[in-house]
Amino acid sequence: MDTEPLSKLDPAYTTVMRIEGALTVLPFLVAALVLGFAEVLPAPWTWAPLIVPVLIALVFVMLVPIKRYLARGYHMGADRLRVVKGVLFHADTVVPFSRVQHLDVEQGPLERAFGIARLILHTAGTHNASVTLPGLAHADAISIREAIRAHVKRESL
Amino acid sequence: MSEALPVNTGTARGEWHRVHPLSMAVQMARTLASAVIPAVLVIYGSASNGPASAGLSWATPYLVPILVLIIAINLFGAWLGWVRLRYRVGENDVRMEQGILSRSARSVPYERIQDVSLEQKLVPRLLGLVEVKFETGAGGKEELRLAYVTEEQGETLRETVRALVEEENAEPAPLDATDRAAEPASVASERGELLFAMPPGRLFLYGLFNFSLVVFAVLIGTLQQFEAFLPFDVWGTIASIASNETLTSAEEAFSSYSFAARVAAILYALVSVIAIGMVSGVVRTFIQDWAFRLERTPKGFRRRRGLLTKTDVVMPIHRVQALIVKTGIIRRRFGWYGLSVISLAQDAKNANHEVAPFARMEEIAPIAREAGFALPGEAVDWHRPSPDYRFDKALLSAGTCFAAALGFLLAKATLPPEAQGLGIGAAIMVVFGLAFAAQQLFLWRFQRHGVDERFVYTRRNWLAPRTEIASRVKLQSVEVSQGPLSRWRGYASLKFGLAGGTFEIPGLPLEEAYAIRAKVLESIAAVDFAKLPR
Repeated sequence: MDTEPLSKLDPAYTTVMRIEGALTVLPFLVAALVLGFAEVLPAPWTWAPLIVPVLIALVFVMLVPIKRYLARGYHMGADRLRVVKGVLFHADTVVPFSRVQHLDVEQGPLERAFGIARLILHTAGTHNASVTLPGLAHADAISIREAIRAHVKRESL
Repeated sequence: MSEALPVNTGTARGEWHRVHPLSMAVQMARTLASAVIPAVLVIYGSASNGPASAGLSWATPYLVPILVLIIAINLFGAWLGWVRLRYRVGENDVRMEQGILSRSARSVPYERIQDVSLEQKLVPRLLGLVEVKFETGAGGKEELRLAYVTEEQGETLRETVRALVEEENAEPAPLDATDRAAEPASVASERGELLFAMPPGRLFLYGLFNFSLVVFAVLIGTLQQFEAFLPFDVWGTIASIASNETLTSAEEAFSSYSFAARVAAILYALVSVIAIGMVSGVVRTFIQDWAFRLERTPKGFRRRRGLLTKTDVVMPIHRVQALIVKTGIIRRRFGWYGLSVISLAQDAKNANHEVAPFARMEEIAPIAREAGFALPGEAVDWHRPSPDYRFDKALLSAGTCFAAALGFLLAKATLPPEAQGLGIGAAIMVVFGLAFAAQQLFLWRFQRHGVDERFVYTRRNWLAPRTEIASRVKLQSVEVSQGPLSRWRGYASLKFGLAGGTFEIPGLPLEEAYAIRAKVLESIAAVDFAKLPR
């Protein structure tokens, strides 16, 4: 068992996941509202179509982001990065810096608004060709990238 | 670009060349096959008096002119394509410019060229031409292909470019243009040491084991493909045969046979299917692996094979990431195995890196040694996957089948007797269940994994057992992964990142997975991938 303590991701990542979840459910919610206003179903059931989207929204906005956040973590070792993720399907990946081909730091619009970023490590492997570590504070992502780059440069000199 | 480009020298440095003029003929042959034959079928089909195709029947009198026009357009296109294609083996790169209206210029720097391979399909082979491929390892179709030059030109081109690639990689200093390119020493060094060859007898045996019923699939597929062009309705004919007296009479004849004659008829059908399968296996094997030769050259493994399409591939040894020793459940009894390699930047899934398709273990061991690998020896500490994993697998496969069989029996007991086929359903499910149980039993006895100082080994699969050997330092990443079931039951899969392939150990006890990961990571992290011996 690897026992080293995992670093947590930036808490803003939860908010981003919540907003993403809300955006995914939104169309269904709107559709259900339209059904309600149009009074498609008879009197006591007019607002019944809302039940399913609201339940899904609760799960995807309240439950899943916090579960995901708690399940994720990383550990920056001296010569390797460990990325842990997965609520149902758990994956615990270690990438030695000496196998990193190149590095990306990416930000979507939502991520930029909350100051977080994704760090992507590309290896030559077919499985895990790119290992993504989302939800880092942007500054952290940059500093981890620089650290790995320095390591790669030192190794290949 | 002038019209006076030299055509026949083909390899002198720094000049623009055209490919061989006969390439046009190859191009023509290909378009003839792919365009003209269907065109003939279409026109013929439309000319025959079906009501659905009446719209095209006007074309009948113009049949010959239309065909001539199609051929002429193809000819002109092939010529134009040939005129507008030129290549240059330059100071720092190989360049190719092509395109009739829109031009594309591609440049491949020598330092990016992993290998130069030659390929001969049937028609070019008859004309003495080869296709030269400059493999960049970037993976995929964006490779530079020169189609076609003569065989000698291909060889010289390969030698020239290889020599240049070597220099580029060894010493980036500018080089003297003339003396290296024509050096005969590098040509001589191509004659490598023979590692493995398959004489026709061995090939025949291999073909027998390559039993395949693919010929039936091909026949049906072709029928479907050309159904629209055929002047009669295939499926309708088959249906009418089936419904008409032909089959009914066959059935009557069959039922009138004595029991012994029936058994004989079934046996005859079975034997003929097996015979066809074996013959098609042999034919396929002969076409693909004729004159199989594997040599150890200074550049790596050189493999030549093929009857109609001759291929000549060099696999640099430093690019070998892992070995796979595979066999079949039957050929294993006779001690036959196949060796293939997983190579860096394997271009495509179908890229075949078999280095010894059908060999004895004693023949495979030296090849593995040449590749810098070792077959698992006595010292390997083999482990079985977690018993919980095997139990869950058995429960999910065989258990489900038995449960379904039980369901069928219950239904038979409760439903009115009119319900049909329940007994048969139960029987089928029991058969499947037994097969799965046998599989799991075999895997329990056979599936193993092991780690030693330099390699990770796995042994798995039932009908096509295989042993995979990965070099610890050549792995890229290590992942411990668990699904909901395996988390609950406390086992995990270990997935290794491997360039050009996959390598996985399923169903390990969780502690062992972490322990193996820690061990392997030590050797990965110790060596920089870019600095691995080349």
